[in-house]
Amino acid sequence: MVAEQPFGLLAELTYRCPLSCAYCSNPVTLTEYGDELTTAGWRDVLEQAAALGVLQLHLSGGEPLLRRDVVELTRVGRDLGMYSNLVTSALGLDRRRAEELRAAGLDHVQVSVQADEQEMSDRIAGTRSFDRKIEACRLVKELGWPLTLNVVLHRQNIHRVGEVLALAEELDADRIELANTQYYGWAWHNRDALLPSRAQLAEAEPVVDAARARLAGRMEVVDVLPDYYSEYPKPCMGGWAARQLTVAPNGDVLPCPAAHALPLPRASVRDDTLDHIWTHSPLFEAYRGTGWMPDPCRSCDRKDVDFGGCRCQAFQLTGDAARTDPVCHLSPDRHLVDDAVRAANRESVPLELVPRPHRAGAS
Amino acid sequence: MESVRLAPHVRLRFDAARGRHVLLSPETVAVLNATSADVLALCDGRAVDDIVAALRERYDHVDEADVRTFLERMAARRCLEVDDGR
Ligand SMILES: C[S@@+](CC[C@H](N)C(=O)[O-])C[C@H]1O[C@@H](n2cnc3c(N)ncnc32)[C@H](O)[C@@H]1O
Ligand code: SF4
Ligand code: SF4
Repeated sequence: MVAEQPFGLLAELTYRCPLSCAYCSNPVTLTEYGDELTTAGWRDVLEQAAALGVLQLHLSGGEPLLRRDVVELTRVGRDLGMYSNLVTSALGLDRRRAEELRAAGLDHVQVSVQADEQEMSDRIAGTRSFDRKIEACRLVKELGWPLTLNVVLHRQNIHRVGEVLALAEELDADRIELANTQYYGWAWHNRDALLPSRAQLAEAEPVVDAARARLAGRMEVVDVLPDYYSEYPKPCMGGWAARQLTVAPNGDVLPCPAAHALPLPRASVRDDTLDHIWTHSPLFEAYRGTGWMPDPCRSCDRKDVDFGGCRCQAFQLTGDAARTDPVCHLSPDRHLVDDAVRAANRESVPLELVPRPHRAGAS
Repeated sequence: MESVRLAPHVRLRFDAARGRHVLLSPETVAVLNATSADVLALCDGRAVDDIVAALRERYDHVDEADVRTFLERMAARRCLEVDDGR
């Protein structure tokens, strides 16, 4: 399988974060990522990525604004002609920083909120942050950026989806991402307390549909569906190692941010060029194309549509990353998902959440 | 639709790595064919009639209805800002 050229780079500048969202998809093993790439190291990554064909740069983390060089790296991306997107909790996006980022050529800002109102948002974030987020959203619009609001939905906030949409409208967001929780990292750890019930989803759906119709042409409503309740799995990001790559804070290179958990040899910009990793590394080659697929995917006419689902989810649930994503109703492992869904639809579900620590060794 | 311009949040550029024009926006990259790139490069706030006229200087056959359909599709994806002249 010949590698195509990647379109996007997810640059996870640091996993440090002032928030401690229990749904956070960051790795549970933060200790391995403390040795962060230097500014020169990141500059080199961006230059190599541009040469590989990357056109979009997502600056994320952790909280990317904790890196003092985020403005400088934005400028590097801009000089390379990349479209740049800051993915942020908005803590640290004060007026001075925002103006510097604007001058450095940042194209787009995505701010996450945890709910539509302060008390719930701060509780889920584990930090007083809601008011500053709202201020930052207004600043983003004032400075003329397009604004995406991102809200991770789960059992403890999905009943507020109507109010979340109203908040996005009030803030004049250009897009809203209603991202049902993906169960990686801390979210996997907290899955039972986060997975919504069928009744909750049924209640949210018409609210989202009505808002989408009402806001058409003004705000784009992007809905990431809860795959545990789907018949088919979510497609693996346009195919494994086909369109995107991720560089973790320590320089590890991954086909997707969840892939750090897979039992495959590590690839790092400290040891190899991005080009070589993208084209030849065992990690990137492992599930490229469709040749690796077992049945039922191998003989399925959807194999070029969803690529057999998510490798990381297959690994997480079955211990074998090459199996069909257990979310698929054709998977022999679907019972693993059904068990979790059944538990989420019982009368009482424990709602206790384990917060993600702010950094390795801290809480 | 009277006149059109590229939305402020999208960027049209030539991508040397692929040898094609691309339209970049927050979450998508559209790789364009030569005609689409030509049409979009003309979307600088001028009238649709002028866009069609400019294309006719470059191409032998320009179907105005096709151009308008394309522009409407791009506008529906919020890549273009439309002024209806009202
Ligand atoms: C890991 S965060 C890092 C950036 C920044 N700290 C923030 O939260 O906005 C990147 C994006 O993923 C979202 N996210 C985090 N955990 C998620 C999960 N388990 N499922 C879906 N989206 C998630 C966040 O809301 C954010 O938009
Ligand atoms: S804890 Fe929350 S704010 Fe911090 S990286 Fe994770 S999702 Fe983003
Ligand atoms: S069998 Fe495989 S390819 Fe077919 S729908 Fe299920 S996951 Fe997708």
